[in-house]
Amino acid sequence: MENKKKMTKGATIKRLLSYVVSGYKLQLVVVLVSIIISSLVGVAGIEFIKYLIDDFITPLLGSQNPDYTALFNVIMMMALIYVVGVIATYIYNRLMINISQGVLNKIRKQLFEHMQKLPIRYFDSRPHGEIMSIYTNDVDTLRQMLSQSIPQVFSAVVSMATILVSMLTTNVYLTLVVFAMVIIMIFVSKYLGGNSSRFFVKQQEDLGKIDGYIEEMMEGQKVVKVFNYEEESKNKFDALNEALCESNTKANMYANILMPCIMNIGNLGYVLVAVIGGMLSVNGILTIGSIAAFLQFVKAFTNPLGQVSQQMNFIVMALAGAERIFALIDEEEEIDEGYVTLVNAKIENGKITETKERTGIWAWKHPHKDGRITYTRLRGQVEFENVQFGYEENKKILHDITLTAKEGQKVSFVGATGAGKTTITNLINRFYDIQEGKIRYDRINIRKIKKDDLRRSLGMVLQDTSLFTGTIKDNIRYGKLDATDEEVIEAAKLSNADKFIKNLPQGYDTVITGNGEGLSQGQRQLLSIARAALNNPPVLILDEATSSIDTRTEKIVQEGMDKLMKGRTVFVIAHRLSTIRNSDLIMVLDHGRIMERGNHDELIAKKGMYYGLYTGAIEID
Amino acid sequence: MIKKLASYVKEYKKSAILTPIFVILEVVMEVIIPLLMANIIDVGIQNSDINYILEMGILLIISAILSLTFGMLSGRFAAKASAGYAKNLRKAMFHKIQDYAFENIDKFSTSSLVTRMTTDITNVQMAFQMIIRILVRGPIMMIFALLMVLSISGKLSLIFFIAIPVLGVILYLIATKAHPIFEKVFKKYDKLNRVVQENLNAIRVVKAYVREDTEEEKFQDVNNEVYANFKKAEKIVAFNSPVMQFTIYTCILFISWFGARLIVGGDMQTGQLSSIITYAWQILSSLMMISMVFVMVIIAQSSAERIVEVIDEEPALKNPENPIKEVKSGDISFKNVSFCYSDEKDENKFALENINLDIKAGETIGIIGGTGSSKSTLVQLIPRLYDVTKGEIKVGGVNVKEYDIHALRDSVAMVLQKNVLFSGTIAENLRWGKKNADQEELEEVCKLAQADGFIKEFPSKYETVLDQGGTNVSGGQKQRICIARAMLKKPKILILDDSTSAVDTKTDSLIRKAFREEIPNTTKIIIAQRVTSVEDADKIIVLNDGKIDGIGTSEELLKTNEIYKEVYESQMKGDDKQDGE
Repeated sequence: MENKKKMTKGATIKRLLSYVVSGYKLQLVVVLVSIIISSLVGVAGIEFIKYLIDDFITPLLGSQNPDYTALFNVIMMMALIYVVGVIATYIYNRLMINISQGVLNKIRKQLFEHMQKLPIRYFDSRPHGEIMSIYTNDVDTLRQMLSQSIPQVFSAVVSMATILVSMLTTNVYLTLVVFAMVIIMIFVSKYLGGNSSRFFVKQQEDLGKIDGYIEEMMEGQKVVKVFNYEEESKNKFDALNEALCESNTKANMYANILMPCIMNIGNLGYVLVAVIGGMLSVNGILTIGSIAAFLQFVKAFTNPLGQVSQQMNFIVMALAGAERIFALIDEEEEIDEGYVTLVNAKIENGKITETKERTGIWAWKHPHKDGRITYTRLRGQVEFENVQFGYEENKKILHDITLTAKEGQKVSFVGATGAGKTTITNLINRFYDIQEGKIRYDRINIRKIKKDDLRRSLGMVLQDTSLFTGTIKDNIRYGKLDATDEEVIEAAKLSNADKFIKNLPQGYDTVITGNGEGLSQGQRQLLSIARAALNNPPVLILDEATSSIDTRTEKIVQEGMDKLMKGRTVFVIAHRLSTIRNSDLIMVLDHGRIMERGNHDELIAKKGMYYGLYTGAIEID
Repeated sequence: MIKKLASYVKEYKKSAILTPIFVILEVVMEVIIPLLMANIIDVGIQNSDINYILEMGILLIISAILSLTFGMLSGRFAAKASAGYAKNLRKAMFHKIQDYAFENIDKFSTSSLVTRMTTDITNVQMAFQMIIRILVRGPIMMIFALLMVLSISGKLSLIFFIAIPVLGVILYLIATKAHPIFEKVFKKYDKLNRVVQENLNAIRVVKAYVREDTEEEKFQDVNNEVYANFKKAEKIVAFNSPVMQFTIYTCILFISWFGARLIVGGDMQTGQLSSIITYAWQILSSLMMISMVFVMVIIAQSSAERIVEVIDEEPALKNPENPIKEVKSGDISFKNVSFCYSDEKDENKFALENINLDIKAGETIGIIGGTGSSKSTLVQLIPRLYDVTKGEIKVGGVNVKEYDIHALRDSVAMVLQKNVLFSGTIAENLRWGKKNADQEELEEVCKLAQADGFIKEFPSKYETVLDQGGTNVSGGQKQRICIARAMLKKPKILILDDSTSAVDTKTDSLIRKAFREEIPNTTKIIIAQRVTSVEDADKIIVLNDGKIDGIGTSEELLKTNEIYKEVYESQMKGDDKQDGE
């Protein structure tokens, strides 16, 4: 997964341009035409003056009663041309906004959509701030490039091409001098631009790092305070900040000196043309007028070149950003080769048929290779067969796990911290994929089940409760999006969250922020249980779901839970052994292996590890 | 605001001043160079005087070299000044935020703070660089050009004196119209950031509930809002270039018309007309530059405001005038303490009400109570994470408000309910407790916290790298590392806020045993759900709904306190039964 090839600059540009071209073809054509018109009008302006003086003013010189009509007419004509130019300028500026903002919108959308499809592993290993920086900093650099740099560069190229044609028609040899000058300019640009781009890339990286650090420190702000770590965190930040400042300075410096270099090489070229031209004119090869004109062209030629070079740093920065954007978009998605889906079902005469109605009965739709489709009723039986798993390839966390949770059974995992309890549940919903062995759901290998459908059939209350900014109601409704208010309240009552919610200033409409400040850990857990209750799945996974709820509340929650668990297969991970006493099956885990299994009474009678844990007599860590 | 912002240039003042100076010198050269060029054409070429051309050529080359030097220097200093300026601003913000109380952070929200420290700073930096380079270059270029026009024809220069103010007003109108919309754009950006952040934090929930589509919808809504507003703002700004072009083209036409009449009337030379027009272009390009800076500054203005907001925010908790630097003992007393979170407008809704407590140094105190009974709130008042609303809290006989905050927090170690580990090695995380702790010390506290065993099982042991949030260790392991980290501080008061909930009972009791035996003089406050975790405490406080429902030993409470009795029985019943079996 890590051997991603780094895209070349060319490929990045091509890919970026494909966003612009696809979807905006017509507008793009109009933009290009408008830019051409606008730059041609600009060049025409230079020609106009020469024409005006030679053809309209000079003839009038010395006349007693000058007739200004012709002059007036030509100026009016020029005014018309200028108006066209101004309109063209407005059109391309205006359309570029559509295009650039549209592209940005699309890119952000793609980023987010793709991010949703990435495996949990991806999020484990990356600081959130770094990911967020892609959405803001990197996308922002693209805006500058798309709306400003690209049209300016194009306009400059058009102007230069026009002037080049004029130069060539004036004198070929002098044009060669200009060519030589341009080659030197390109050389210098390449050197300076290369340096600049190297540091811009570094700058964006440093920015991402600093983002990640800020993000982390913000989230751990309480710990920072409790440990008086403000100074250290400042120092660490300062070091990162210093590194950013350095790359930032260097990148900007190379970019900044590019323009004066280009302009002054232009000036040197001008001298060269003047000297060579002068010599040619002394020898009578060139007329004085054409040298003068040519020199004007040289000046007019270097100006847009300077403009282009000034845009280079924006472009380089944007390309670095684009690379990071594309890297995320190219990140490998969660693999889902499943083809078994979950459908609403009807049972008639013992035969299962698919239906569109919400019958409350679900079935796995299993298409076979020979075209047959079979239906298996969703019951919630989960089996593990010789499952091996490790987060890293050569470090196994679970060894040879075999177990069966029959429909409606309550299976509990106990064991020391780090014994692998949470890991087991993360395998059922395929947050991680097992390396060896098989997990079956209703006798179907879970690899064959579409991930979305698999997860839809499982309810989870996780160790870390995550809430979203919005009302309490919205947060519970996350479990079932089309739930009515009554259903939401029903679920809250079931999990005993109703009581504290009613005490909040706005009840169910109280707005909470994402980190749920103001709610206690226990209250947040109650919300997350209510969410699962509303979801109403056949299989429930409760990962230390009640660890922060006081035992009194827990008792009441437990009653609700028992109601909720009825008829469901439930996996419980809990440290409070009192809550799992009534389990049908208790698995005692140690170092990733199942050491004992059985129900409470059996295990107590066995006087083994469970007994030890239960009485606190032995340390199984 | 500008003054405030300018004060962060600090050590880069020299560069910030040198930049415009070199820019001015560069502009001077840029004005001289066309004059030399004109001489080459008008005198050298016209007279076919090769020597004159060479002479002027050499002068021109020297000028070009000078111009290049000035240009490079100004570029270099500009880069140094602007990058340094951004660094100082970022530093000021981060340092300020570190001094914030939670109230302050909640006010801004973390995602907004992150945007402010990145995107906003980048905007301000760009604007700053533009100001010291182009905002100097533009007007000076314009002034030189205007002077040249004036020297050629006072009458024609009138055109510019009318056109420039008109243009100025139009640009100003564009700017003031666009500014509020840009402000809105940034608010939307915050929202976008927040959605991404929440999604990242809750990715497991999103996946477990298969809510990717809902999340995408949510994101797309904000994304579209950003899109719509940005477009609206840029639409206004899009008028900049055409308006500018229109003005300059009008000027050229007027110059042509009136210039022609002057020439015909014998008041001007044709060569002078083309010079004026050349200068007209120079005035245009400098105005263009100024307007470009204008757009940047408009965008940066909103950003700058947001930065200053952060820097100006008064930390809600402040050190006293003459702080006491030493905490004498681990005695704690609460006197008529009431507390409400400031964001709860309802003054009558106290999270804690009328709490009176006396805790002697070295005692072990258990706190038990229902969800929402404000147990965490109670203990967070001790290291002054929040200030009491009414009453006073004394530690070591002194009101906590009189201590130096750092001294106070150094003596009060707290293991939070929501444990946070940072990316870095286990050892690095532990050293939060004591910066220069050596390996032995680390192992010692880890043994006490029952963490040494599992840490040594990792292949890299204490150098094992933790992911952000410590996702690669289990909840209980995380808690034990956090306990070790707190113990490394050798505090006078140690508070465990439900921080052994994920630790098994046996380990839990071993940790408590270590507390008793190894740190007897430290006051220990243990919030727990498990009765066994607090049963052997010297005193147990039963909290209910923000009030103290009962204080006493387990035995006493079993006789007098209904809540405790109920909790005790519900948890211990199992054991009794099992003992009977």
